Amino acid sequence: MKQTAAADRTNGFAIASRMNAGRLFTCVNYLFLACAGALCVFPVLHILAVSLSSAGPAAANRVVVWPVDFTFQAYAAVFSRAPFITSFGVSIERTVVGVAVNAALTALMGYPLSKTAKELPGRNLYVWLLVFVMLFNAGLVPTYMLVKNLHLLNTLWALVLPGAVPIFSVILVMNFIKMLPKEIEEAAFIDGASYWMCWRRLILPLSKPVIATIVLFSFVGHWNSWYDGLIYMNDSKLYPLQTYLYTVIQNQDITSLDQAASYAEVNGVTLQSAQIFSGMVPILLMYPFLQKYFTKGIVLGAVKG
Amino acid sequence: MNGARMSKTWQLHLMMVPGMLLVFLFLYGPLPGLVLAFKDFIPSKGIFGSEWIGLETFRYMIELPDSYQIFWNTLYIAVLKIIFNFPFPILVAILLNEVRRAVFKRTVQTLIYLPHFLSWVILSGIFIDLFSQSGIINQFLGLFGVKPIYFMGDTHYFIKMLIATDVWKNFGYSTIIYLAAITGIDESLYESAVMDGANRFKQIVHITLPGLAPVILLVLTLSLGSILDAGFDQVFNLYNPLVYSRADIIDTYVYRLAFTDANYSLGTAIGLLKSVVGFILIVIGYRLAKRYSDYSIF
Repeated sequence: MKQTAAADRTNGFAIASRMNAGRLFTCVNYLFLACAGALCVFPVLHILAVSLSSAGPAAANRVVVWPVDFTFQAYAAVFSRAPFITSFGVSIERTVVGVAVNAALTALMGYPLSKTAKELPGRNLYVWLLVFVMLFNAGLVPTYMLVKNLHLLNTLWALVLPGAVPIFSVILVMNFIKMLPKEIEEAAFIDGASYWMCWRRLILPLSKPVIATIVLFSFVGHWNSWYDGLIYMNDSKLYPLQTYLYTVIQNQDITSLDQAASYAEVNGVTLQSAQIFSGMVPILLMYPFLQKYFTKGIVLGAVKG
Repeated sequence: MNGARMSKTWQLHLMMVPGMLLVFLFLYGPLPGLVLAFKDFIPSKGIFGSEWIGLETFRYMIELPDSYQIFWNTLYIAVLKIIFNFPFPILVAILLNEVRRAVFKRTVQTLIYLPHFLSWVILSGIFIDLFSQSGIINQFLGLFGVKPIYFMGDTHYFIKMLIATDVWKNFGYSTIIYLAAITGIDESLYESAVMDGANRFKQIVHITLPGLAPVILLVLTLSLGSILDAGFDQVFNLYNPLVYSRADIIDTYVYRLAFTDANYSLGTAIGLLKSVVGFILIVIGYRLAKRYSDYSIF
């Protein structure tokens, strides 16, 4: 088709203006996304800056995202506080034990459930029993009463056992194993392997990526949980870190300035900020892994035909 | 061949044993405790020794002026959260998809996923401080002559704070599922659209959005199950007695009944009601999701 010179020119204009619009869109888009990103890290940077500032500027709310009169004294004070150290220890302990229990049970249960009901009679019953309690729970009071009646109050087991089987994770692992090619297992059976052998030598090594995802899910869950500590522990010495932080933030912490008084550049605000930031550190350290595996996990768990 | 293998299925059942025992003990175990809702609980007599009172607790619950307000608060906050949590991740996912520089895209993703991993305990510590009357948000607003606003102590602002901070915490992480869905859209659709002269905006409206429609529908149907979940962690950490009247939700109320007032029967009854309604809604949600988006969890 032949075009006149004039039409050619208008076309040229249209393309040029479209390119401009495209560039404008790109600029606005980058700006918007950069703002969204900044908004998400702002609170973290702010709390870090306050924790590294001197008492004066912090109390006057002059700290935004950069420390004013930089000092490590708040951290020195925090790490000399017995309740903080103890609760940090409780959190580490529950996280290590909890993650181990969650991962082991999830890996163990995912394999049998990945079988068909034909191969494993009773498989569907297991699934229904699990899904039912995933969707219907007895609620706070009966669960608390049970833990109390089992004499688990004030023990680490109260924090680990009620959530020992993360049912959603079990389903995730089950679906992952279902996607593995059946042939490898068949070959192993011909060689005389038992189910147990198959699980240990084939399924477990192949499930590493999904197990890693579960480990991280459960790590975040255990590290961040605070509510069970609050209800199942009568003694504040047994509080996990997040429960302890809850009492600090809600100003129920009567000992807030005790030995911290010997640090000149520390006040309630910087001390609280240093404790809050310390509570995030394990999450921040794991963050590169969290991001990678959580993305896989959520995609695996959500978009399943 | 199968005979020998079949006889070994006991190994598979054995693998289920430890997990199922714990599930029975800690998840099925508390279910009998639900009878508390129908009993006049006296601690010394125990759950099963206490007198049956039938539906008395439920009658009391309905007559309590608080329960109507608390049910309404829960529904109001949860529905607002569903509404506001839904558009932002879609918008951000679409915008992220338009970014050509991989480094920029990855950096933004890293930043916006972060709040999802921080607990409400920690976030409440930060937000209560930031939004206090002398906090830096009010100082910033002061530059424009705005009088200090008591965000956390005023019921009107508090509900908005709940919604805004919830959206802030979750929008980034929720983009993941939409980004995954966008990756699944056929590239050739975009190519042919460009041939037809469609600009970026038109591509978004006519290809990306329709491509996302099934996932959007899925997320919306599944959110039906959270209509009675206004977010215990968030409310419990952020609220204070000044805003109880509008911000008290079923879960926080049950907590206070059980641990402050030691009213176990009423706490159980309200919890039971919530579980039953929640269960029905979730099942309806899953049914709809299965029918319309071919989604199933197992």
